[in-house]
Amino acid sequence: MKANSPSVALFIPCYVDQFYPQVGIATLELLEKLGCKVTYPSGQTCCGQPLANAGYARDTVGTATHFIETFNDYDYVVCPSGSCTLHVKEHFPAIAGLEKEQEALGHKIYELIEFITDVLKIEKLEGKFPHRVGFHSSCHGQRGLHLSSGSELNQPPYNKARKLLENLAGLEWVELSRTDECCGFGGTFAVTEEALSIQMGKDRLADHLEHKTEILTGGDMSCIMHLQGIATRSKQELKFLHLAEILNQSLS
Amino acid sequence: MTHPENAAEFLKDSQKAKWHDETLWFVRDKRDKVSKGIPEWEQLRELASGIKDNVLANLADYLEEFERNATKNGIIVHWAADSEEHNRLVLEILQQQNCTAVVKSKSILTEECHLNPYLEKHGVEVVDTDLGERIVQFLNQPPSHIVLPAIHLKKGEISELFHEKLNTEKGNEDPAYLTQAARVHLREKFFAAKVAITGVNFGIAETGEFIVCTNEGNADMGVHLAQVHIACMGIEKILPRRKDLGVFLRLLARSATGQPITNYNSHFRSPSPGKEIHIILVDNGRTAQLAREKFRNSLKCIRCGACMNTCPIYRRSGGFSYNSTVPGPIGSILSPGLDLKKHSSLPFASTLCGSCTDVCPVKINIHEQLYEWRQEVTKTQGEFAKGLAMKLASGIFKSPLAYKISGSLMRNALKSLPNSLIYHPLNSWGKNRNLPDAPKESFQQWYRKNRS
Repeated sequence: MKANSPSVALFIPCYVDQFYPQVGIATLELLEKLGCKVTYPSGQTCCGQPLANAGYARDTVGTATHFIETFNDYDYVVCPSGSCTLHVKEHFPAIAGLEKEQEALGHKIYELIEFITDVLKIEKLEGKFPHRVGFHSSCHGQRGLHLSSGSELNQPPYNKARKLLENLAGLEWVELSRTDECCGFGGTFAVTEEALSIQMGKDRLADHLEHKTEILTGGDMSCIMHLQGIATRSKQELKFLHLAEILNQSLS
Repeated sequence: MTHPENAAEFLKDSQKAKWHDETLWFVRDKRDKVSKGIPEWEQLRELASGIKDNVLANLADYLEEFERNATKNGIIVHWAADSEEHNRLVLEILQQQNCTAVVKSKSILTEECHLNPYLEKHGVEVVDTDLGERIVQFLNQPPSHIVLPAIHLKKGEISELFHEKLNTEKGNEDPAYLTQAARVHLREKFFAAKVAITGVNFGIAETGEFIVCTNEGNADMGVHLAQVHIACMGIEKILPRRKDLGVFLRLLARSATGQPITNYNSHFRSPSPGKEIHIILVDNGRTAQLAREKFRNSLKCIRCGACMNTCPIYRRSGGFSYNSTVPGPIGSILSPGLDLKKHSSLPFASTLCGSCTDVCPVKINIHEQLYEWRQEVTKTQGEFAKGLAMKLASGIFKSPLAYKISGSLMRNALKSLPNSLIYHPLNSWGKNRNLPDAPKESFQQWYRKNRS
């Protein structure tokens, strides 16, 4: 984008900010390499999803108001998480007095990959990444934001992340047995339904290991945090990177 | 027991849990493939959803139209406000016939009303004639799935059960052999029953007929041999016109088992000379659900079970873990409407992955309703139940300063605390999972140093 290019505000989810700063950095650098004018509005906190999914959406009015005000002055809001993006779009409580701003936000917030493919209209990235990459499709990104086709629906297959990854020189795409089964993170589900959450995570990891994934990637660090946590505990040889990290590395 | 407790118990037998997951995945996969053989699949779902929306918006009119036409055809129509009334009506009909033994073909509604124990208490022998239903009945269990009631049992277990109950050869697990034994046993029951009870898949307002779909043909066998047919139908099973069936029959079997069509789709319109057909239209909480705007469209359900087969939770926790007549995702949005307290853990037995919504042939937004039920559940639990963490979080996230301070406290704590404290047994995250390594600075801190 040139001098009068639209302003992009970076929304870095709270757990990424605290635990995975490298994902935030990769997102920022990647967008800059693609020519965007990026700002990280200071004072941002969280979208409130953990509370809302636990049944306390009514307590997120303050959080949502703060979010809308923080990101009001930008043309686009870009976030390296499908789940948080979906929450802002679909699950914010209605904020009285900010109806217009809230509606505008719903239309200008994008998950990172869809921002690259749908707004920047980038069809392919020239770079290289000589690794066997297994893609974990996050449910909110896939079924919520439609970042890829779902196995349940009768629709032509597509996958926005795959389109970008597959063009990288040397990258081998891993075909999984279950292309879009949930990893079992699910926010508070990971703790309240611990046994199930772990089993679901183990099953996803087994699919990747069976198909010789070298690096497991995805658009949501929350799924990856859960999968990596299980893999580390059981000493599995698997590397984990966010999509932003792969794309940013491959362009350098 | 709550869902998490039951699920943890189910997963203890890891081999069986894996088998259960894979068996149901096989059915799910078959459904995926067969649904893709129909180019207009998504339009069919849209159409079915629209027809059901129309039914729910005009339910009273369609029900009265159905009653008029059914009565004209010689069917005796009864209305039951709840399960007690339903059960009493069935018993009265049986008593009029001096009938002490009935055959029944799968009806989830009679399970919902707990008809079997009620009739048995009044001296009536009830024999479920669907193979899977008969198996769980032998075991004194409820069905664990609405379409595949004995899906939680393996061949070996059924072989043992039949050896005990039907005197089959010990150790013979051949499905054809075991099915034949059940056939012989059931044939006797069919001949002896004066009354047959069935469920109803669809009632047609325009014609006053109703349709029962089975793969085994046992509903027909029971009904044609009996003097009296009692059909039990939830009031939401109405379709306006006979031609609407073309939409629903194409969706039902494909969604349920991946078959192009159910083996027997039997239409019942009027009794044979000298015989009787009774139909009981049952509310039992349905109009209450109809009045709940956010949850109304759960009544579109045609009981195909596809949401169970696709649900990663159901496949790994089994039908009994839900402790409700209809288990799985659809059960988790229907049951809280019947008893919110009893079923309060069900809306949380989901990662909100949304797969249920995408397989649903009538496009019920199941995962969104799970989210909405969560909001209802917490309202009834009051402020005391809300964890301290939740209260803190709502305070922290609306204040940038509080967020910054708590974030750095947390990261430092993770760095300095010994593992034994982080991974203590009360920390559900850390029981089987590591936490990420705490970085030395947050993204915010990095940004301030490097970009501003």
